[in-house]
Amino acid sequence: MHTGGTDVIRATGLVKRYGQVTALAGLDLAVPEGTVLGLLGPNGAGKTTAVRILTTLLEADEGTAEVAGIDVRSNPQGVRERIGLSGQYAAVDEYLTGFENLDMIGRLYRLGRKPSRERARELLERFALSDAADRPVKTYSGGMRRRLDLAGALVAAPQVLFLDEPTTGLDPRSRTGMWEVIRELVASGTTLLLTTQYLEEADRLADDIVVIDHGRVIAHGTSDELKATVGGERVELVVRSQQDLPTAQRVLAELAVGEVQVEQGSRRLVAPVSGGAGVLVEAVRRLDAEGVDVLDVGMRRPTLDDVFLSLTGQPADPSAAAGGPDQGSAEPPPERRGPTDRGRSARRAAAATQASPPASAGSGTGRAPAAPTGAHVPNEEVVR
Amino acid sequence: MSATLQVLADSAVVAKRNLIKIKRVPDLLVFTLLSPIMFILLFAYVFGSAIDVPGDGNYREFLIPGIFAQTVIFGATITGAGLAEDMQKGIIDRFRSLPMSRMAVLVGRTGSDVVNNVLVIVVMSLTGLLVGWRIRTSVLEALGGFVVLLLFAYAVSWVFAYVGLLVPSPEVVNNASFMIIFPVTFVANTFVPSERLPGPLRSFAEWNPVSSVTQASRELFGNVPPGATVPDAWSLQHPVLYTLLWVVIILAVFIPLATRQYKRAASR
Ligand SMILES: Nc1ncnc2c1ncn2[C@@H]1O[C@H](COP(=O)(O)OP(=O)(O)O)[C@@H](O)[C@H]1O
Ligand SMILES: [Mg+2]
Repeated sequence: MHTGGTDVIRATGLVKRYGQVTALAGLDLAVPEGTVLGLLGPNGAGKTTAVRILTTLLEADEGTAEVAGIDVRSNPQGVRERIGLSGQYAAVDEYLTGFENLDMIGRLYRLGRKPSRERARELLERFALSDAADRPVKTYSGGMRRRLDLAGALVAAPQVLFLDEPTTGLDPRSRTGMWEVIRELVASGTTLLLTTQYLEEADRLADDIVVIDHGRVIAHGTSDELKATVGGERVELVVRSQQDLPTAQRVLAELAVGEVQVEQGSRRLVAPVSGGAGVLVEAVRRLDAEGVDVLDVGMRRPTLDDVFLSLTGQPADPSAAAGGPDQGSAEPPPERRGPTDRGRSARRAAAATQASPPASAGSGTGRAPAAPTGAHVPNEEVVR
Repeated sequence: MSATLQVLADSAVVAKRNLIKIKRVPDLLVFTLLSPIMFILLFAYVFGSAIDVPGDGNYREFLIPGIFAQTVIFGATITGAGLAEDMQKGIIDRFRSLPMSRMAVLVGRTGSDVVNNVLVIVVMSLTGLLVGWRIRTSVLEALGGFVVLLLFAYAVSWVFAYVGLLVPSPEVVNNASFMIIFPVTFVANTFVPSERLPGPLRSFAEWNPVSSVTQASRELFGNVPPGATVPDAWSLQHPVLYTLLWVVIILAVFIPLATRQYKRAASR
């Protein structure tokens, strides 16, 4: 954890209970000035509860929190003057136009009549909502509402910004657009706390990632550090014919940094690698040279599921744990499961195929970046 | 800017937002207007001949202040439905994260609902005039009659502000208001003179503030049937005073309750 005087957001030992449910079980957070913290966790982990406490919407049962050096409990109004919040669900008024929504917020921040109008127009322009500015929000798409809600959080150019799952429920294109907007904000020096369920999103936007589950921190680090704990990248390969499996396994083993998993039934091989897209290209070349008929090949980078499997031994989504009857067959026999991540990788692969298929070789850069496939370059462009 | 002015400025912003909604969704207003107009016509023409009033009164004149009272009270329930909807949609969260006055959402909401009720009263008065209702007092007294109606409705809207922040959805407010407001406005002197009611209902009706509001406006509009005797109950002997007492008590109880509930309201 960061320490020192420059933390703009700092929380210590936050506890919040709802009857029997402990939403937060002693959460600690620190966000240095001008950086982005990604608060990553599955549904029900306590992300929204944490954001609500930090934005003065909710009082913690225990613990302390400071935002911009101000205690949220003793001076909530002071905190409100310095923050912007875009909640998990877009809180825009459907009956007002986009302009009226922002103008109203400006007035309530007490910017004054003229400045708040100008600010509203400026933000609508910046978020590509100028054309829809004078239409009731009822006519807006989900992505437009989200952008308007984010614009609402920026009306007073706040020092600290909280975004609770800003892209959940958006289609891939809107999501990419939202990422761009957020990146620009971050580039201008805003301190940001962002919650998300997607490792890729935290990866792209956050300097630091805190993984929470059941209301407590289970991991903390940069995205590279986190992925390193999970086991990094791997090549996934499906061959056309069963007979090619041994050859393919041998070829992959030469490139792999760990044991190559083979799933006989699905003719799938999974090889942990390091070195990015170059390894994938090399694998394809060698397989081709050996005459292996490849049905599908791709690069996989760790997802939140993987992080969870690795940190808790359980999938992030409880419903995934309930699994299908076929899950057992996807698992390697117990004696092959080592103390490292071998046993997990098979389950990981199984989870990965449910979540998103591996990117096909060669089409990596053309794919919608929302799919957590990894061979392509944009993944390296994490904003620092 | 002083704190009070600050509250008023913020409240005006919130009220403006609510009023824009009336403009954008005219069906809302049409709907609130349609039922009182229907009531006036139904009671005037269907029951009008069957119900006779004490003395040699004209039932329509007797009836209209009762319908005014019932309608503005129903109009006050919009406050609750509106707040419940804002809670449900997370708009209250947005407001609560802003450095605005903590009272402004409620003051603005109840304030804009008064405007709503003024519109309703104007339309009802015109309908009333068409079917033969007349004001038989001075302009000042008549204005007093409208003010008493609106003041009482304003107090009731604070009750519903509290209810609206308490319940999970606007539908619940609507159902609750229907279940409560209908009996309370019927067991009163709104549609029939209270002395016609059987024992316990009669006492209830006489001390029911809806009766005193109705009685007050009847007196101030000059719609008390000539020759009719006012019941002995103190509440109906001094209807304006009794109504104002209720207004003060309701506001004293529900403004703090609603404000506290707003501060702790957790939508979703
Ligand atoms: N108002 C509430 N009443 C009861 N339980 C709640 C309430 N809000 C959240 N919870 C519970 O607290 C836990 C954390 O919720 P939340 O902070 O919303 O998680 P996340 O945002 O990470 O999905 C969940 O188990 C949730 O069911
Ligand atoms: Mg949440």
